[in-house]
Order: sequence, then structure tokens, then C-alpha cells
Amino acid sequence: MHVTVRLFARLRELTGAAELTRELPDGATVGAAWESLARDFPSLTAYTASVSCAVNEEYSRPSHRLEDGDEIAFLPPVSGG
Amino acid sequence: MPTKILIPTPLRPYTGKKDAVEAHGQTIGEALRDLTSQFADLRPHLFTEDGRLRSFVNVYVNDEDIRYLQREATALKPGDTVSIVPSVAGGVVTFEDRGTRSAGPEPRDLEPTLTNDEVKRYSRHLIMPEVGVDGQRKLKAARVLCIGAGGLGSPVALYLAAAGVGRLGIVDFDTVDFSNLQRQILHGTPDVGRSKLASAKDRLAAINPEVRIDTYETPLTSKNALALFRDYDVIVDGTDNFPTRYLVNDACVLLGKPNAYGSIFRFEGQASVFAFPGGPCYRCLYPEPPPPGLVPSCAEGGVLGVLPGVIGTIQATETIKLILGAGQPLVGRLLLYDAFRMRFRELKLRRDPDCPVCGDHPTIRELIDYDQFCGVTPAAAQPKAKTELPPELETTVEDLKARLDRRDAVFILDVREPQEYQICRIAGSTLIPLGDLPNRLAELPSGEGAPEIVVHCKSGARSAKAVRQLVDRGFTRVRNLKGGILAWIDRVDPSQAKY
Repeated sequence: MHVTVRLFARLRELTGAAELTRELPDGATVGAAWESLARDFPSLTAYTASVSCAVNEEYSRPSHRLEDGDEIAFLPPVSGG
Repeated sequence: MPTKILIPTPLRPYTGKKDAVEAHGQTIGEALRDLTSQFADLRPHLFTEDGRLRSFVNVYVNDEDIRYLQREATALKPGDTVSIVPSVAGGVVTFEDRGTRSAGPEPRDLEPTLTNDEVKRYSRHLIMPEVGVDGQRKLKAARVLCIGAGGLGSPVALYLAAAGVGRLGIVDFDTVDFSNLQRQILHGTPDVGRSKLASAKDRLAAINPEVRIDTYETPLTSKNALALFRDYDVIVDGTDNFPTRYLVNDACVLLGKPNAYGSIFRFEGQASVFAFPGGPCYRCLYPEPPPPGLVPSCAEGGVLGVLPGVIGTIQATETIKLILGAGQPLVGRLLLYDAFRMRFRELKLRRDPDCPVCGDHPTIRELIDYDQFCGVTPAAAQPKAKTELPPELETTVEDLKARLDRRDAVFILDVREPQEYQICRIAGSTLIPLGDLPNRLAELPSGEGAPEIVVHCKSGARSAKAVRQLVDRGFTRVRNLKGGILAWIDRVDPSQAKY
């Protein structure tokens, strides 16, 4: 299945992309989508514990099962003020 | 068995003024259709012409939003209570829905009256029904605490003072630096070197002398936060680091004070209202802090000067709505702003029942050590080990200058970013940003008789990493320039500008 991945803040710089289309096995979870991304962009690994995710504009957990066409957003924490 | 459906005030004219009605159905959809067959005038308010539930009508079964259940197909059990919650513009939460009054003190009893001067000053508020005299009096009675008088704190404090918030507290312990002026519009060029609080107080008093400004020149800590927050109705998080963000969040949840949250990075910002009754908190969004040093600060990563203006004014807007108890607060929604693409997005966010601080069974019942939680060691006690290199891998700017003057062969490697290189550089240096270094080792001198490589960055931390990488890759003649280009400008070439 294909999903759209939106990346924010530092994750955009580490991958060089704000939006990516990814192919995943059917029934993959958000966590699996992140791991697959981190395999291609190893510098993302440092964010694994702290990154937040949303599926179709709703906050979601890594265990959430994805469906074809879903839009996943990965949001690293930002602290600037 | 019929289901009880609670009817909100605006819809009661269509149910014979009844505030609760019984309807039959196995699912929400069936029960609502039964309801509208009993009260035909109600139908257009709940359903579109083609029979779909209107998007701005929110329906809850026993306090659960059906959008998070099976929507109209959600099954009803005996004893279930259904609530219909319409909202004017499709917002998720209204103050009325939550049975929550404004965040300010109870009106009428202790609201101060407005003087004639105040009536003139706030006339543009007073003539709007959403604010009016009552709302302006709520603002005058309200107490808002702003954490930080920097990028976000500047517009927040300026607008809240201008809007007539009666008492404004500000916590900060920094002094104004030239590099702040690009975005921290509370402070001006003549304020450089002054305490930010003294500067803020002068500026805010000039805008609105009616506002009482209380300044707290201290770091916010687990020891002082609860006592400080108790005197305020709304807390505005304009801080610049993770330990303080978790501290502000937890203190707000423990005291039940709403937290108008904002955070910025380069061209992107986030805003939300946390710790509002029934809504999520910062930990529901980010349960785990990032490892220390992973997320660049404004000083490290840079920030568009206007960005905190946009996010800070959103925080100020939400604060005013919380005080007025009007509109749909930014609760349960994380607003994301991308200034570069000029795009706002919104993510739905719910309270996490397992949240350690605002969940159903909280494990955090008092403030903790937030530096430890975030893995940060206080600066004073910080071991130098992380960036410290053995002496044979270091050199000083004086030594480098002497070697250049003697025309020794030295290869100066600058591992900063190209935009930093444009600001200032050491003549004859070669730029390879740290991130590119592993792929560009072939450009470095190596082998017999190769010159020594002196690596530098802005202040010495990135170049220390580069030196370690190069040593690991077998480079033997390599040294880190202690203090980086800042030390070079301070002690060798003061003609160049520092950043």
C-alpha cells in the first residue's frame, strides 16, 4: 500500500523532504512506517522515542494500523521561544 | 428502551423548550432520526438536505465523541445518554459544552469597574458583543503569567497589556542581547545589556499604564513554580527549553490552570491550549522528551524573526478567549504553522487516559526534577567530557595565528554551514559542513608530508566532533581550534563581526 508521509521541523532537514510517498506492506503500523523511514535516513533514529505522529490529521500511536492512502505526519518536539 | 438525548440551549426552541428528550434506536443514527421525526423543526439543524449529519453538530455518547467511536453507526446500550453539541463554526470544544466558566475570577462579584479613560481606551472591545463591558471587566480582573520575555513572550505581553489584562506577571532572568532584537519586540536597541524584565516593564507601562506588571527575575524551578502559578488564572508558555516546558505543563495540570502553549523552530511553529478541563496536556502530545542536544534551539538553528510574532499572537488570542470564556478555545487541537509554505494545519489531539500527569491514574502528583527528566545536566555541574579532547588534539587561536605568520603548512577546515561561512571566516580555510564530512574525506590532505588539519566551527563543539570522526578514520595530524571562530575574532581578528 502507499501512504503519504509529512515531516516537520528538523525531520525535514534530515531527510531533505517535507513530504514523501512510501510503500509499505499491507497492515503496517505507524511505528513500522517510521522504522522503514529511519532505515533510509539513519539520522532519524535519534528521534524515535520523542517523535509524535498523526494519521489523517489526528494524533495517533505507533501501534495504529495504516490503510492505503493514509497521510502520516511525524512531528519532532520543538522548544524555541 | 428509549435513549435520553440532551438538547443544548440553542436547539430547545425546536423541542418545545425541553432540555432532554427520549428517542428510540439501536444506533446513534437511528435515535437522531427518531428525534427529528418527533420534532420536525429540529431536522434542518441536525441534518443536511441529503440526510447527512451536519459537520458542525458534535454528538457525544456518555461524553465520548462519536467521531472517535463508530460515528452514526455507534451502537446504543440501555442507560446511555446522548448529548448534542452544536458549535457556531465547527469547533470541537466550546466553553458552554464543558460547563466551564471563564478562566478569570467569577464575574460580577469582584470584577472591577471601568474608568472613563478605560472606556475610551478599550472602546473597540466594548462595542463587540463577544467582549463588551462585562468582558473588558473580566480582562481587567484577570491575571496572566508569561513564562519568558523573549520571542514568544514579547508579542504575548505587548498584546495582553494593550488589551487591558489587569495583572501581567513575567518570569525571565536574561539580559537583552543584540541578537534578540530581530524578533523580541519588547526590547529595543537602547535596552541591550539591560535586564529583559526592566526593559519589558518600561515598554509595557508605556503602552498601558493601567496594567500591573509583576516581574520575577528568577529561573522557573520545581521549587517556585506552584507558588508562582497559584496567583494567576492563565499561564502562557513562551519558554525556550524542554525542561521548563514539561515543568510549566505539569504545574498547570496539577493546579488546573490552562496553559497557552507555543513553540517555534526556524520557519515552523506550534500552538495549543493545554491543561484545560477535559483536554489534553503537553505530555499527551510528547510523552518523552528528546535526548538533550538533539533539537536545535533558536540560537543554534536560527528562527525567522516574524515567526514568534505569529505564534505569540495566537497564544495571546487564546489567553483572551480563556479569560472571556468565549469562542472555541484551541483545546484538543494542535495548530501547526509553516511560514515558509504559508500553511496552517490542525491536528486533533485527545487527552491520553494513560498520561502520567493528566491521565485517569496519574503517577506524577507533584513536580519532579525536570533537568533529570530531560537528561539535561545543569550548566554549572556539566562535565566537560562530551566535547573535551585530549590536549594533543587541540590548539589555540594564538598558536594558529603564529603558525600562519610563520607560513607553516596548515590546512584549515571549517565545518560550519555555508550561511555561517558567509558571515565570517578565517582566510584560506576550506568549508566542509560537518554533515558532509564523511562523504568528502578525499578533499582532505592525507599521507606522508601532508599538512596538519586544524578544524574549527563557531565555538568548538562541532569541530570537536569532526576531529573525533577524522581520528577514527585514521587521520593522525588533526587538531581542534579551541573556542572556534568566535575566539579567533575576539583574540586575533576583531575586524570581523561575530554572530
